[in-house]
This record gives sequence, structure tokens and C-alpha cells, in this order.
Amino acid sequence: MLGKTAGGLFWMFRYLERSENIARLVETGQRIALTRPDTAEGEWASVLKTAWAHDAYLEAHDTIQGDVVVNWLLRDRDNPSCVLNCVENARTNARLVRTGLTREVWEAVNECWMTLKEDLARKVQPKDLPRVLGTIKQRSAFVRGALHGTMLRRDVYDFARIGTFIERADATARLLDVKYYVLLPSAAGVGSPLDNAQWEMILRSVAAEGAFRTLHGRTRTPRDIARFLILDGRLPRSLAFCYAKIGDNLGYLESDYGVRLPSHDQADAICQHLQQSTIDSIFETGLHQVLQDFLRRNAGLAAQIESDYRFMQ
Amino acid sequence: MADDTLFDEMFEPDGSVREAYRSFDSWFAGADPAELRAKSREAEAVFRLTGITFNVYGQAEAAERLIPFDIVPRIIAAREWAKVSRGIEQRVRALNAFLHDIHHRQEIVRAGVLPVEMIARNDAYLQQMIGVEPPGGIYTHIVGVDLVRTGPDQFYVLEDNARTPSGVSYMLENRETMLHMFPELFAGNRVRRVSSYPQNLHASLAACAPKQCEQDPVVAVLTPGIHNSAYYEHSFLADQMGVELVEGHDLRVVDGRIAMRTTQGYKTIDVLYRRVDDDFLDPLNFRPDSQLGVPGIFDVYRAGGITIANAPGTGVSDDKAIYSYMPEIVEFYTGEKAMLENVPTWRCSDPDSLGHVLDNLEELVVKEVHGSGGYGMLIGPTASKKDVREFRKKLEARPGNYIAQPTLSLSTCPIFAKTGLTPRHVDLRPFVLVSPNGIDITPGGLTRVALKKGSLVVNSSQGGGTKDTWVLEEE
Repeated sequence: MLGKTAGGLFWMFRYLERSENIARLVETGQRIALTRPDTAEGEWASVLKTAWAHDAYLEAHDTIQGDVVVNWLLRDRDNPSCVLNCVENARTNARLVRTGLTREVWEAVNECWMTLKEDLARKVQPKDLPRVLGTIKQRSAFVRGALHGTMLRRDVYDFARIGTFIERADATARLLDVKYYVLLPSAAGVGSPLDNAQWEMILRSVAAEGAFRTLHGRTRTPRDIARFLILDGRLPRSLAFCYAKIGDNLGYLESDYGVRLPSHDQADAICQHLQQSTIDSIFETGLHQVLQDFLRRNAGLAAQIESDYRFMQ
Repeated sequence: MADDTLFDEMFEPDGSVREAYRSFDSWFAGADPAELRAKSREAEAVFRLTGITFNVYGQAEAAERLIPFDIVPRIIAAREWAKVSRGIEQRVRALNAFLHDIHHRQEIVRAGVLPVEMIARNDAYLQQMIGVEPPGGIYTHIVGVDLVRTGPDQFYVLEDNARTPSGVSYMLENRETMLHMFPELFAGNRVRRVSSYPQNLHASLAACAPKQCEQDPVVAVLTPGIHNSAYYEHSFLADQMGVELVEGHDLRVVDGRIAMRTTQGYKTIDVLYRRVDDDFLDPLNFRPDSQLGVPGIFDVYRAGGITIANAPGTGVSDDKAIYSYMPEIVEFYTGEKAMLENVPTWRCSDPDSLGHVLDNLEELVVKEVHGSGGYGMLIGPTASKKDVREFRKKLEARPGNYIAQPTLSLSTCPIFAKTGLTPRHVDLRPFVLVSPNGIDITPGGLTRVALKKGSLVVNSSQGGGTKDTWVLEEE
């Protein structure tokens, strides 16, 4: 396949994943704003930081206001990573790689764009927000479903999956890093309602509140939450899960092409590092430092894949 | 029902239904108009979802538009088609012989049939092609011959598209849509299939592989990119043929061949179906500012390292001044009279003709020699006085830039409108594949229809629509 096509698939799925992650963050932010209005401004600020949209937002606005933040994250064209731009970029990449996609996948992403272009054509009214956020998540799931159900398991599929998990690992690590201070062991002693709200925000942002309850009951400790999101290979948005998948898909490419490339070594190293870590060792090194280090290596791997598989000239 | 000065393809002047349409007519009579309207809307939704759109330059909003689709098929009887397709085959054979000749000995000029300036002053003529032998001797691998009809047996060629004819994806998708919406309609009619076009295209291109190709030929489609108006078609054809869709920046010269950048390194291409204009093909040999081409591809081509389809320089024969010589060109190379007629054409470069044209502007259609897409033309009978005045000035300033033709009473075919069936003017673009194995014409082609009442302009860029085109099997 063409290098350009591999790059297009990789980015198409990164953008789709991003749109879904942003929708979930907005959902969480909105919930906290409604249930704990005193802390809303601070929560919106961390939502913006997690979505990497904080600095640009403050360049364009003087104050942090819920409705403005929501608009910024969903549809303000001055925010390159707003959902509308993500979905449009995903669809542009899909057009670019149209010959590599099945009709089902193409139609799913095209319909995702058509629907959201309509839903996000004007400012979303608060009463419509839950429905629109639901649509964003659902449309992204439709594309993923079409990919699973109709695409040949070969290089085309691998690049789509690798893009998905690079983006997802990045989002989960950033979410944790923005909130790392509420997860430090010292914070456990505080146990204030504020901290609980923030723990809840973390879990909701990765759609893992129910999963966590299933595994840990009603007792929440920051240590368990951190371990769950970083090391639990059963949680589809954990760093360990993402890297197991990246390792698998890079492995398929290695055996398909019969060539081992630098990106394989890099991915294996990150994977092993995660496997050998315990939550104690992570806190010992420093949660913030571990996450910063992870984000750097994740971005480095993405760049290496891009060069190994000739996405660009 | 029909205006009796015009030829309607469905209805006789007395309102009775012509034979080819009888089965359709009885189906239509039994159909519920509300349901047909719903199906019409459904078709539009399918086109939008599939992405069968064309891009409009310079319009940021609604940059992707749909070409309106009409659900009434345009039906051609087997006997009519047999005659038309023989004429097309003859014309395409002549076109290839002509293109070979003008890049070699120019016998047609020596014989005094074609004035040398028709070639020498033709912007599309490429000096660089002189003496080049394209693989398999084919210049026009893919041709679209635009036809109009004025009577039961009267077809005219309106223009030849030997450069990069587009629209074949609409021909295929229109049929798919009709099969999907009205399966019962096909049960009562034996309609010749068009769906093998992509395989035929692939086989035809592969048969033109260059001598340096030693394995199964690798074919690719070259597109200017996703912003091109026909991008959908480029990706559609690549997808249907199962080949890569490449852009200039995916390609480079490697060891004297053209190769594409894949995830596993550079891979050689043997045949490039290019949808990029000559000027932009190679910045080293043509326009140096082109970002769309491949530096050095023309040198590889001359050395026999790649087949470019269509060959560079084929645009010469799309020129409307050359068109006016087509009857002579066909006769010169085939030794037979042209079976398909040209529309009578005045060359404004000729002072007598110019005088006639200027005296009769209100009744004529005047076209730019190099124009396409329905732009830069004057339709005398429907133009305003002001438009005619302004066009007259342009024509007097550069007469050699124009040709003029009488306004033909193009045939009509009904469309399904709010009020029921109502006649609209149509044209037809059949698609022709040429390879050393022969000439293959897909039965039918793309019917374009002017949706505005009385309008003769069928171009999609100017509000035209399309129809599924049926050629019936012989009884």
C-alpha cells in the first residue's frame, strides 16, 4: 500500500478517537458544573488542559465560562482540535484513502461528518447537549464497528488500529497528568468531597466508572484509580491495553512485511516498561514524571512509525 | 405531450409511445407518483452518503455538490445503438491514426487536407511528442464522444474528448442506483450491462504496458488530489480496478522507471492512467511550477519506461477547430465516409465564415476553440441583446479563437417533474476504450439532461443533471 494511504488511515482514526475523547470530557465537565457549581471553573480549566486547548482558549477569551468552553471544544473553528475540525479531518483523510476503505467504513465516516456538521452548525443549546455528545460518541463507534466488521485484516487495518491506540494512550495519559496531584498518596488522606468529584471525573472521562465499581466495589482510592488507568490490561482505555494493541498490530506488520523496523523496538520497550511497572514503582518515581515520560515516548513512537512506513516524502 | 418541432425519444408526435419505451411506460403508469418522489429523494441521499459529488472551485460553502439525478431512464433501441457504435469505432480509429500521423510524417498536411497551422498553432500540440512511439501505438486509451440527436436516425458528434473524459463513474453509479431502487423495472426490460467497465478498463490499460514491463503490469490512477472536481471519480475508478490512487508526490523516478512510495519502499508502475493535464504532468518538461506532476516522467515515457494514458498531446483533437475537419480526417485515415456526422461548423478564422457568423449571431452557437464545460460560449437564440453585443466584440477581436454552429434542436427525453413526465433536452457521452486488442464501447454512456425547461445547456457545472442510459438487447 502507499505510504500516504497508511498515513491517511493512521490520522483518520486518530481524529475520530480524538473527537470521541473530547465529547467524553465535555460530558464530564458538564456533569460537574451541574452537580458542583462551585468547582466548575477549575474543572473546565482542567478539561481544557486535558484536551490540549487551554492556552489557545485563553488567548481568545478572558474568562473561563462553561458555555464558551463547550463551544470552544465542540465547534469553534479557532480551536484546531474542536470536534467539528476533528471529524472534518477524519473525513478528509478518509477521502484521501478511499480506495483502502470498504464502502461501509467510508459511508460511516461520511455520515458521521454529515450528521455532526448539521448538529454543530450553530451553538449547541444546553438542552441539546446530551444528545449531541451522544451522537459524537455513537458516530465514532459506528466507524469503528464498520472497520471491525468489514475490513480485511491486513496492513490497512493495522495502521487504522495503531492510530486509534496512539491517540487513546495519549488522551488517557494526559487526563491523568492534568489531575495527577489529586491522585498522589498524600491526597488519599484528605478524602474531601472535592477529591472524590475529581476522581469521578477521571473515571467518567474514560468511560470506566462502572468498570471500576465492578472490580473495586464502592471504595475508591487514588492508588486503585491510577493503577486501573495505567496498568490494568482489561480496561480498553488504559495505557497497558493500548500498548498491548499497538504491539499486536505492529507485530502483524512485521510478519506481513517480513521486516523489523526501529518502531518495533520502541513499542516493545514501552510495552515492557509498562509490564514491569507496579503502582508502587510509579509513585516512587513520581506519577507526574512517569506520565510526562510516557507522553514523550508515545509521541516519539508515532513519529518513528510515520518515518518507518513512509507516510511522507 | 411533445412539441412536434422537436424529436422526443419517448413519444411520437401523436403522443403514442415509441417501442423502446413501451415497457417503461406501462411500469410508470402503474407506479404511485408519491412513491416515485420518495424514491427520488432516497436516490439523492444515497448519492450524498456514497460521496458521489463534484467539487466546485471558489465556493467554500457547499463545496461538494450533487449532480441531480433523474429517475426516468433514457432508452436506446438495439438497432439504433448498433449504428451509433459503428460510427464511434470508426471515428476513434481515425483519431488514433491522426494523432500518430501529426507526431510523425504529417501526411495529412502533405496531402493538403489539413492546413499546417491547425497543428502548428494548436496550444495542445506538444513538440516533445514528435517521433515518440507510445506503447502499443495507442494515443487515446479512453475517449468520450459527445453525441446529440435530432431525429429518429440523426445523431451528430458534438465534440470529441480524447484528453481526459470524465463522467464514467456517474454512468456506473446511476445504473447501480436504478437497480437498487427499481429492480422490477429491469425484470421487464433486457438492458445491456455496463458494470464490467472497470475490469475492461483495467484489461485495456494493462494491454498497453511498456516493453520494459516484465511481470503482470502494475496500473495506477494519477489524480491532482482531493480538491479536484472529479476526485470522486478518480478514487472510484482506482477502487473498482483494485489499483492505487496516486498523486504526484507519491511518485518519483527510480532506475529509469516510475515508482510509487509504498509502506515497503518504492514499487514500479507500468501504466499510469493520469487524470492530470499535460501541462502539469512534468515540471521538468512542461510547466515548471506544477506541484501535481512527477519530475522526469516524460523522459521515462520517451524511453519506453511507462505508459501514460491518455498519451500527452492528445488534447489536439479536442480542439474545436480540428473538430471542424473531422469528416475529412475520418475519410483520410479510414478511406470511408464518416458514419457519424459533424454538426456543420463555421471556422471564424475564415473571413467569409466570420462575416456569415457576425450577420447571424442571434441564431448561432459560438464556442471558444479551446473551451470546455459550457464556459465561454454564446447561445444566440437565448442570449440577451447585451450578451450578444459583448460577444460580438470578443469575436471581432480574436476570430481565430472561435467556431460557430447552428442551434440544433436537440432531442428531448422526459424527466420526472412535479407535474409528471415533461420533456427536457439531452445529450450522450459514450465511453470508449482503446488497446492493441481492439476498441471496446460500453453500451450506452452518460446521458446529461438540461433540467431547465427549454435549456440546451446540459453541463453539470451549469445546472445539468444525469440519467441512467439503457441500451436494449436485441430481440
